[in-house]
Amino acid sequence: MSDFTSSFWSLFIMAGTVGGILFVLILLRSNMMANVDAKQGKEIKATGHVWDEDLEELNSPLPSWWLYMFYFTIIFAIGYLILYPGLGAFKGVLGWTSHGQYEQEMQQAAAKYDPLYKKYAQQDLITLAGNKEAMKTGQRLFQTYCTVCHGSDARGQQGFPNLTDNDWLWGGDPAQIKQTIANGRKGTMPSWKAMLKGPDLDNVVEYVRQLSGHQADPEKAAAGEAKFKTICAACHGADGKGNVAMGAPNLTDGTWLYGGSRHTLKKTIADGRNGVMPAHKDFLGEDKVHLLAAYIYSLSHPQQ
Amino acid sequence: MSLQDKIEKNVGLLIVATLVTVAIGGLVQIVPLFFQHSTTEPVEGLHKYSALRLAGRDVYIREGCYLCHSQMIRPFRAETERYGHYSVAGEFVYDHPFQWGSKRTGPDLARVGGRYSDKWHKVHLNNPRDVVPESVMPGYPWLARTPVLEGTGKDIQAKMRTMNIVVPFGCKTCETYSDADIQKAPKELEGKTEQDALIAYLQGLGTAIKTVR
Repeated sequence: MSDFTSSFWSLFIMAGTVGGILFVLILLRSNMMANVDAKQGKEIKATGHVWDEDLEELNSPLPSWWLYMFYFTIIFAIGYLILYPGLGAFKGVLGWTSHGQYEQEMQQAAAKYDPLYKKYAQQDLITLAGNKEAMKTGQRLFQTYCTVCHGSDARGQQGFPNLTDNDWLWGGDPAQIKQTIANGRKGTMPSWKAMLKGPDLDNVVEYVRQLSGHQADPEKAAAGEAKFKTICAACHGADGKGNVAMGAPNLTDGTWLYGGSRHTLKKTIADGRNGVMPAHKDFLGEDKVHLLAAYIYSLSHPQQ
Repeated sequence: MSLQDKIEKNVGLLIVATLVTVAIGGLVQIVPLFFQHSTTEPVEGLHKYSALRLAGRDVYIREGCYLCHSQMIRPFRAETERYGHYSVAGEFVYDHPFQWGSKRTGPDLARVGGRYSDKWHKVHLNNPRDVVPESVMPGYPWLARTPVLEGTGKDIQAKMRTMNIVVPFGCKTCETYSDADIQKAPKELEGKTEQDALIAYLQGLGTAIKTVR
């Protein structure tokens, strides 16, 4: 509150605040003469304002419950301004700030939860995945930070991987999972429009379908094999089993990130795909990433 | 004649006295905010909106995103654990008008930048239920079909010139657009859709301040 461009503004606030309180006090005193008269047993005079010949404005005493309530609000305001920041740059006797209150809340939470996270962080991921208490916490973290892409059932969506099927683009070792969450991943399938045209594209699509054991035209597939071996094998391997170092999917297991229909495969090959997993290390911190990795691992490795 | 009599019998005087009385609260609470460093200067790392993000911000306003999404993280642990560092005044110096919102039907977006991939935003803006089955957000498929130069980017140069007047009025240390910036703005929007612009806007939100949640 004290970073005004000039100290004038602090004085301005003080003057306005104190002046406002004095103003209502004076207003109150000047309007309660009738109360004083009533106390002294004097006759209460009307205000003397007469309108429309005989319409007279009386001056009854203010009800005492109302009057004392008004005094109370003034006393409250003075007490508040002494204890809390309100008078310009004056910080208040208690030194309260909303920032300080937030820090205090965070410290209380840290005292409560940090030892728990630290304990989990020391356990290896597979042991941690078997810890029921830890997995309950992991599930809550997952619901907060991950479900928007991977779904509340962790089964993903088209273009966003299913985390429960033990089929991994970037590797399913606990350490690889942790790496994926912490640093993110960028999976790039280039566009092959320029190199695969017309029948070539159709043939490669048929070959890829055949690799996965889907219904495919054997003739076209055989024709597509050569193209696959020269173009696609660089990332997906000659056997089509993919490469976790590049996030190139295994094309032989019938699990699809974008879909295995002819239409979708054609689009994937022709236009390419860009999959991005954002890095979470910086905003979740090492310990939460560790716990989340164990939770993700546990999804495809149910504990007995 | 007492002061009370005078005020009671003079309508003009009564109006002035009433206005002054009513205005004191506002004068004391609001006016000094325009003369504080923390409310009038950008936080470190915050830059002016690029032409594309400026056009995207106008899509955000036109579609009424602020009706369901706030851009204001309050200083409570329950909020900062989910969204990140609480919002500070210096993050909004380029926002005219600001998009703080007042109600959350959807989540707060003050730090949505970088949290999801561009592709996620594309799918989500076309039909939110493709990625979040529980979502009640409407789809905005036409954004992907509207070139931004035919939509909110049509008068981008005029918008940038207006920002050059409005922004420095409240913020002396803010960046403004140079003539070169304004000159090349339409070129930067070429080939982009309104959806691209909106995503560019969203992906930059709240990225000036980074903390562990």
